[in-house]
Amino acid sequence: MSETSSSLTLPDPAPQKTSFSGTLYRGNEGMWSWVLHRITGVAIYFFLLVHVLDTALIRVSPEAYNAVMATYKNPIMGLGETVLVGAVVLHALNGLRVIMVDVWPWATRNQRPLFWIVMGLVVVLMAYFVPNHLINVFSPMEGGH
Amino acid sequence: MTATIENPNYAYPARSKRGPSFEKAGWIFMRASGVVLVVLIFGHLAYNLIWTPGGIHAIDFGFVGGKLADPFWQWWDVTMLWLAILHGSNGMRTIVNDYVHKPRIRQIALGAIAVAAVILILLGTLITFTFDPCPPTADPSLLPSFCADL
Ligand code: HEM
Ligand code: HEM
Repeated sequence: MSETSSSLTLPDPAPQKTSFSGTLYRGNEGMWSWVLHRITGVAIYFFLLVHVLDTALIRVSPEAYNAVMATYKNPIMGLGETVLVGAVVLHALNGLRVIMVDVWPWATRNQRPLFWIVMGLVVVLMAYFVPNHLINVFSPMEGGH
Repeated sequence: MTATIENPNYAYPARSKRGPSFEKAGWIFMRASGVVLVVLIFGHLAYNLIWTPGGIHAIDFGFVGGKLADPFWQWWDVTMLWLAILHGSNGMRTIVNDYVHKPRIRQIALGAIAVAAVILILLGTLITFTFDPCPPTADPSLLPSFCADL
């Protein structure tokens, strides 16, 4: 292939107009998917740092572990856990989409509808998870933890 | 509509280096670990929060003792620990390289990520395999039920 810089002078492809036009970088689904993937990845990372330490308390004593786990059982933390699981589900399914888009030409062509399929699956999985988890969170504790 | 770009070269051409490289290995690792992590983490969340009656309220020393007495869950947790920490740390490395441009601060941030990864992997692995579900001096009411039979 010859060395020319012709492609550098091609006009930029016209971006899709969205309601954000003019106020923000005019990204499409691809940009939102990247932003969400990055934010959720960082959030899960910091949770995991704390989570390995709290799990490590099983090596200290049953009382120490149970005392820290008790803090996970109040309703505020319950809502936090719901958000965390939402972030994990979104990062995981979008990660699978990124992998498919990278290795499978069909998925590369269809990355845009695939983003909406990912969002739909997130809603479906959370529709299963959220009621189940919140029933546990808000039901009275037996056994007096 | 299709457009053919006659000469798709670019001011920053994709590196065409063949053979192994750290960045390429990292790229493959992020994808391979991601696929495995979906199974491990979804399983972890479903078992601990949904399928165990009581969910979050049921998690205590007895619950973890019961799980980690089983090699199946030991290996599940340790695999999840290694993959999640390495995947997350490598992802954080990318992000630091994107946003932190002062060499000194970048070095400190990358060093902190690496040190945290090593400590947490060692700590978590040690704990999973040296954990005693029935510590002899502990209050028996806090222990897994099978401790009474020992
Ligand atoms: C549940 C299964 C998971 C899947 C399928 C998955 C998938 C991926 C993929 C494919 C990438 C690379 C994206 C790219 O190169 O553009 C990535 C990046 C990343 N992941 Fe995950 N991941 C998972 C779990 C996790 C966990 C548990 C953490 C945190 C401990 C995490 C943190 C990150 C971070 C921080 C990045 C970098 C994001 C960026 O560069 O913008 N991921 N993930
Ligand atoms: C609110 C949600 C979560 C709860 C209640 C929870 C609970 C627990 C519990 C009780 C353990 C002890 C051992 C076991 O059950 O197998 C544990 C270990 C572990 N969890 Fe989670 N977890 C949650 C979310 C997560 C997420 C999102 C990740 C991945 C990023 C994760 C990664 C791990 C790892 C790697 C271990 C093993 C730690 C070790 O071996 O030292 N957990 N978790």
